[in-house]
Amino acid sequence: MITLTNIHKTYAARGGGAPVHALADIDLSIGRGEVFGIIGRSGAGKSTLLRTVNLLESPSSGSVMVDGVEMTALSAAELRRARHSIGMIFQHFNLLSSRTVFDNVALPLELAGTPKAEIRRTVEPLLDLVGLADKRDRYPAELSGGQKQRVGIARALASKPKVLLSDEATSALDPETTTQILHLLADINRRLGLTIVLITHEIAVIKEICHKVAVMEGGRVIEQGPVFDIFAHPRHPTTRSFVDPVINRGIPDSLRGRLSPQPGPGSNPVLRITFTGEKATTPVISAISRHLDLDLNIWHGQIDEIQGAPFGTLVVEALGDQAKVDAAMALVKENNLGVEVLGHALPANH
Amino acid sequence: MLSPQIIDLLIKGLLDTLHMVAVSGAIGTLIGLPIGVMLAVTGRGELLQNFAFNKVMGAVVNMTRSTPFIILVVAIIPFTRLIAGTSIGTNAAIVPLTVAAAPFIARVVENAVREVDRGLVEAAQAMGATPFQIIRKVLLPEALPGIVAGLTLSAVSLVGYSAMVGAVGGGGLGDLGIRYGYQRFLPEVMLAVVIVLIVLVQIVQSTGDWIARRVNKRNLKS
Repeated sequence: MITLTNIHKTYAARGGGAPVHALADIDLSIGRGEVFGIIGRSGAGKSTLLRTVNLLESPSSGSVMVDGVEMTALSAAELRRARHSIGMIFQHFNLLSSRTVFDNVALPLELAGTPKAEIRRTVEPLLDLVGLADKRDRYPAELSGGQKQRVGIARALASKPKVLLSDEATSALDPETTTQILHLLADINRRLGLTIVLITHEIAVIKEICHKVAVMEGGRVIEQGPVFDIFAHPRHPTTRSFVDPVINRGIPDSLRGRLSPQPGPGSNPVLRITFTGEKATTPVISAISRHLDLDLNIWHGQIDEIQGAPFGTLVVEALGDQAKVDAAMALVKENNLGVEVLGHALPANH
Repeated sequence: MLSPQIIDLLIKGLLDTLHMVAVSGAIGTLIGLPIGVMLAVTGRGELLQNFAFNKVMGAVVNMTRSTPFIILVVAIIPFTRLIAGTSIGTNAAIVPLTVAAAPFIARVVENAVREVDRGLVEAAQAMGATPFQIIRKVLLPEALPGIVAGLTLSAVSLVGYSAMVGAVGGGGLGDLGIRYGYQRFLPEVMLAVVIVLIVLVQIVQSTGDWIARRVNKRNLKS
């Protein structure tokens, strides 16, 4: 649905300094009906990237394809027409304070020259969809933050877009309202088959509704893939720093003291086994002790759910010689589970 | 204590003042409003960024605004004669009043339009709005409370300016106060003129505030 190829965005620095690279080497491919999340800290370039999709920011170089149309090649008038099929919602809602809820939702249709009767036929079901039918004649100043964002969503859907861009749509909302708005977006994605691209600095948003995620830092995409894979196996340190608070992959502090990176006298290897997807229920621990006669001392375990799929980690100390440990790791890998050596447990001091 | 003749003069002066303020305010708005909008949207980083237009128009507006009104009245007498056919009288006074009002209104409109949240413009652009649609459907309605407040301010200033056009025989309350109150030593006429002007300005201001409140939907209590 959306393909960004080799996007660069460079600003000339004020006062003749080195140019600023807001975006560099961005390649993204977003499938039809996907909820695609872009996460990064402030200044990572995610907002600029989102705005290249509807060309509110035009890239210095690269190609922006939306629904088979090369956006950068369009004339001003063609671009305006193309934007009718790309809805957008904003962190601060950007509703017109001078218009009622109904008239705010009607605005994109008015701009497109839609007849009044048809505007009414389109807007009223949308107000029902977002649960604001009883507020149609209220002004934005009379609404709560969550209600304002619902108006924003209804407005974005009014022109029946194929793509919805969400610019930190829940960042100004409290946690409970955030959850409601995210459920509304997920619902719209399912019911209307709408492709959603959202940017956020909150990993919980990604975990809640995204299918795929791209992690941005310094104007580059440093990691991207299905949300489950990124959460289960974050590779980049920045990704880890996002994922760790919501997916506890760590080791309790009480045990960390016994862990040494190098084997020592009488030490045992400590393994982390990750159970993902349908393999999450494989009885691999009992298989190891039974078939390999290797005892595993369980240090720590946790099961999470990402995108409805179970994801578990188990940190174990293997009480046996290296040959048995190698065999155990091979067995785990045979079962398509993840395993890595975290370190070596020194004997507890007695 | 005021003779009937003086009362008649007061009423005529009030009507002349109202006439001058209303006509110059209306024409000043017709000229100043579009200029103000253009100044706002052609600024740096704005919708229709255009440095040349912005600088030239800004300079013209500033020139008029920095000329003391009483100098302006005299300086543009040839222009006044061209437009009004005469340089004396109430109709002639409307010309310099309008010339002073238009740039003033342009600046207050410019400020009101600049106050509109950039996010609203961006949202409208994302919907595929043309620049003209953005001005008409977003900037003007959203700036309306500020524009009304600015026009009220302009009307009050015009009442003050209109007192000076007595210099070209413009008539009105200010002229009455100078000729009768000051030059003929009739302090009661001066006092009456001042009271009528105070009441007039009060009414203009209150009406403007009331309209501005009516059109402002930003601070509604739910």
